[in-house]
Amino acid sequence: MFKRLAAASLLLAVMAGCGGIEDGGSSGTGGGETLTVFAAASLTEAFTALGETFEGSRPGVRVRFNFGGSSTLAQQITQGAPADVFASASPATMATVTGAGDAAGPPQVFTRNRLVIAVPRDDPGGVATVGDLSGPGLKVVLCAVQVPCGAAAQKALGAAGVEVEPVSRERDVKAVLTKVILGEADAGLVYRTDVEAAEGKVRGIEFPEAARAVNEYQIVEVAEAPHSALAKEFIRLVLGERGRAALSRAGFEAP
Amino acid sequence: MKPKALRGAREGDPPAGRPPGILLLPALVGLAFLVLPLVGLLVRAPWSTLGTRLMQPQVLDALRLSLVTATLATGLCVLFGVPLAWTLARVRFPGVRLVRALVTVPLVLPPVVGGVALLLVLGRRGLVGGWLDSAFGITFPFTTAGVVLAETFVAMPFLVISVEGALRGADLRYEEAAATLGAGRWTVFRRVTLPLVAPGVAAGAVLCWARALGEFGATITFAGNFPGRTQTMPLAVYLALETDPQAAIVLSLVLLAVSVVVLAALRGRWMDASK
Repeated sequence: MFKRLAAASLLLAVMAGCGGIEDGGSSGTGGGETLTVFAAASLTEAFTALGETFEGSRPGVRVRFNFGGSSTLAQQITQGAPADVFASASPATMATVTGAGDAAGPPQVFTRNRLVIAVPRDDPGGVATVGDLSGPGLKVVLCAVQVPCGAAAQKALGAAGVEVEPVSRERDVKAVLTKVILGEADAGLVYRTDVEAAEGKVRGIEFPEAARAVNEYQIVEVAEAPHSALAKEFIRLVLGERGRAALSRAGFEAP
Repeated sequence: MKPKALRGAREGDPPAGRPPGILLLPALVGLAFLVLPLVGLLVRAPWSTLGTRLMQPQVLDALRLSLVTATLATGLCVLFGVPLAWTLARVRFPGVRLVRALVTVPLVLPPVVGGVALLLVLGRRGLVGGWLDSAFGITFPFTTAGVVLAETFVAMPFLVISVEGALRGADLRYEEAAATLGAGRWTVFRRVTLPLVAPGVAAGAVLCWARALGEFGATITFAGNFPGRTQTMPLAVYLALETDPQAAIVLSLVLLAVSVVVLAALRGRWMDASK
């Protein structure tokens, strides 16, 4: 008897769970709607703030974010993840989504980010310029070339004519930042926004060649978005005055 | 079932009779759930270009590194984990429950967090690592030794738990008899306890090796990712997934094939030996 009850309640719980997901995915025009935004990890601070602005002006509407590596997000979308908006850190990853026919229209550039050299606060390697990165014994970490920050680093270092032998090629820019914050690396190439987000735990050194590898961030409504109207409104917010203000506070540049 | 039938059964043989559906059905569902993702990989694998993709030197480098580090990590796990399991099972001391819970921490901890924790202790500026660096010039991050340490950290609980379980299940009378006959505790451990729990140690070591082989989070966080030095197969798979999902599938299949072959071979040998 007890076993049957337990089985029945488990079944009920599973069914209730399914119902919940369906509710979240329905596109009624009344309250209780949830907009799902897939955004590059570097947008975490700026978009979280914008999400609160969006919710504040639309009672009953919730914004749910899925922050992650752009390429991972792009793959999730092409595999059918229920996203309304996709904001990518590089045109190449956006192209995988548009190429698969998963974008509702042409993507729009909404901001830019550039690389800086991040060093621990006490700068044990004595790094002052991009040329110092090739110094012997200096532990430099870069992003892997497969991810946008690594491709940008390769381009910028190439433009500067500096050959760097990194001790590690990290999976994303936050991993590079962690290594520098903890002092495991003497220097790393990260985005300006990451230095901003580290709140003084690392020092950022700008270098002119970074201008040759500026990352364009693009945003698009996902094809057959469950909440198409809300998606368009959110994109308008990001492209508008308030979006630009939130992005520049996080260290991004105007498009 | 009659007790007579039970008495006649040899140890290790499954009991006779049809398996009840209430057990068989969930067992099949469970099996399907475990195996279907593997089928997904096989179906999507780019079979036509498999050969050329496999022959790339990075793949062989990553595979070799994975096998070497997982084996070394398993060695460390046995070296330190068996005595730890013995202490937990055979020595009475205050706080034994707490220690037992602490041993399982790496199981609960997200591996990436484990990697950060390792950096805080064994990193260049870590509690112990700072001293190792200044006194001996030894640093672990970004080295193959760092990969082995990360894998050992994550895999050791599997060995400790399975050996401790074997020790608790072992008949204490053999050890007591040996002690009565004048054997010291070390001799009892070496000559009686260890042979008794050998299947448990073997099973634990196999789990350990498999876990170390698939280790990703702690490794990439603590040891970083550099081809030939710290880039193991799971790291190569992750990065391939960023740009070339087909290559990622191939790498995953290689890792799976190697581990299944090794595990099946070892398992068969040990199971036969334990009978």
